[in-house]
Amino acid sequence: MFYREAGQFKTSYRADEATFPILQDKIFVYAFLAVAFLVVPFFITDYSANAILVHFLVYALAAIGLNILTGYCGQVSLGTGGFMAVGAYATYKLSTEFPGLNLIVIVLLSGGITAFVGVMFGLPSLRIKGFYLAVATLAAQFFLVWLFNKVGWFFNYSPTGMIVAPPREVFGFLITGPEASPVVRYLFCLSIVTVAAIVAKNLVRGRLGRNWMAIRDMDIAAELIGIRPLQAKLSAFAVSSFYIGMAGSLYFAVWLGSAEPTEAFDIFQSFFVLFIVIIGGLGSILGSFLGAAFMVLVPITLKTIMVDGFGFAVGAAKHVEVMTLGALIIFFLIVEPHGLARLWAILKEKLRRWPFPY
Amino acid sequence: MLFFLETVITGLLAGVMYSLVALGFVLIFKASGVFNFAQGVFALFAGLALYDFIAEGGWFHDLFGFVLPVWLGIIATMGVMVIVAWLVERLVLRHLVNQEPIILFMATIGLAYFMEGLGDTLFGSDVKPLNIGLPNGAVDFLLDNYNLYIEKLEIFAAVVAAIMVTVLAIFFQKTRIGRALRAVADDHQAALSVGISLRTIWVIVWSVSGFVALVAGIMWGSKSGIQFSLSLIALKALPVLILGGFTSVPGAIVGGLIIGVGEKVAEIYAGPFIGGAIENWFAYMLALAFLLFRPQGLFGEKIIERV
Repeated sequence: MFYREAGQFKTSYRADEATFPILQDKIFVYAFLAVAFLVVPFFITDYSANAILVHFLVYALAAIGLNILTGYCGQVSLGTGGFMAVGAYATYKLSTEFPGLNLIVIVLLSGGITAFVGVMFGLPSLRIKGFYLAVATLAAQFFLVWLFNKVGWFFNYSPTGMIVAPPREVFGFLITGPEASPVVRYLFCLSIVTVAAIVAKNLVRGRLGRNWMAIRDMDIAAELIGIRPLQAKLSAFAVSSFYIGMAGSLYFAVWLGSAEPTEAFDIFQSFFVLFIVIIGGLGSILGSFLGAAFMVLVPITLKTIMVDGFGFAVGAAKHVEVMTLGALIIFFLIVEPHGLARLWAILKEKLRRWPFPY
Repeated sequence: MLFFLETVITGLLAGVMYSLVALGFVLIFKASGVFNFAQGVFALFAGLALYDFIAEGGWFHDLFGFVLPVWLGIIATMGVMVIVAWLVERLVLRHLVNQEPIILFMATIGLAYFMEGLGDTLFGSDVKPLNIGLPNGAVDFLLDNYNLYIEKLEIFAAVVAAIMVTVLAIFFQKTRIGRALRAVADDHQAALSVGISLRTIWVIVWSVSGFVALVAGIMWGSKSGIQFSLSLIALKALPVLILGGFTSVPGAIVGGLIIGVGEKVAEIYAGPFIGGAIENWFAYMLALAFLLFRPQGLFGEKIIERV
């Protein structure tokens, strides 16, 4: 294994510990961001923003959150849908109670509230491990969804039980509500996801991230070398829920515009995000993006091919789509259990030695 | 008082139904360490297959012009479940040996998706009433003399569950295959080294849990028809599992009974005060509360961790 490219010398510790130590990686990331921020907005349509781009960004953010908890800290959680619901309802309450509040502040506050709820539901993780914990987090899932269904205060006693995002502006641009333009919504999500991803990338390689990984690899051993499981696990729950809460906030306010808890935040939401994390690669921020792209694009592609290409009925196509998705997931797990991020790493490894493979 | 008694008995019987599903989980988890999320979908699939063998509107009737008698239909469905078990081993498990538990868990969720889509594609997604001549309605004797409303079907399910657990216990304790199964459950590698074929064992275990799923499918199908929501009973069985412990057959039964009673009593006596419909999460909270005191569940093996 080579970890450094030939010809790229590091002369200081800072340079060696940079976020992207490889020059090509750095160029690639900057180029990608430049395209995403400067080129894509010119080609965006209402459909592509709604169905693909914003969809992708929201799930990428949720996947980063779950990846911090499951991939880095090793605590399997099935409560993602419930935590997204917390983010969404926090956004709804904040934006209706305080109409003057900036939407960015609202999203961050929603994340903060979700972090608090996440820590509450993370407390059992100190005693319960593995699958027992996974099932225990389902308690959060079902309880939170039930709570948002039953307690009228959360949806302002609206007769349908639905929550609808009120139109809100940031710097004079309309972000939420039906009138918002797709470009603005896309850029808003993209900015938040970019910042969040950079923060996450730096968190996981710092002290906190190393603590998490030690807990993941073997919590007793980690405890013996002086890592406090209480702090490490709860901080993972807090940070992870913060991200998931922000994702839930964007999911509701920017992407859907209106939501109803039983449908929008059900358990399949939790599974969907967990799939993204596993297929993308556990313990990889890049993987969260790759997995989200895969899980968002594959169903859309399948549907387009079957309905438009072969003229399937929509209902039958849905069944075949579910079936194909299941088969693809199994296939991926068999071929590469460490996810798309590992495939990318293998590709890089091969390129490094090309054209002399030995 | 009478009402309370009726609540408790109904709860106990509902708990038996949960136990039926939980049992399938435990069998597979014990023998292969796989947390099989697809168990609920197995029950759905078995129910759908059975319906198609014995009902007028099914495939079998369309193909051959007659339907199978119920007992033959059940045997044929069992055959289908064995084939499914064999395919699962051949196509999925065999390639995932030595992977981490979460990967296997995700694979079974993928399997659940796949079988759900397959079931819907093959058999259609409308609700199918399953009628194989199981008793229905209230038990007259209790209703007349004590004014207790108890479903005959649920009594029947409880009896079937009791028989099944006994048969399974004998199968595990007394037969050659049962001994091999327990050996595999204890230690995969040691079992391999004394000449037990892991692959055969896995096929057998998945077949047995397919059989359990078939029984669960028949019971739930007779109660509320065979439909998509049948696959969601897996979610009902999960709290039963963590309460009883993943590795314990008696745990699945006792856990089911506790959850069943707790759920019904809470729904009736505490539900009205906090808005009702608490059945969905109450079981999880109950299980969570138990777990805080016994992290391995009531009957699970003590978790010993070493560095």
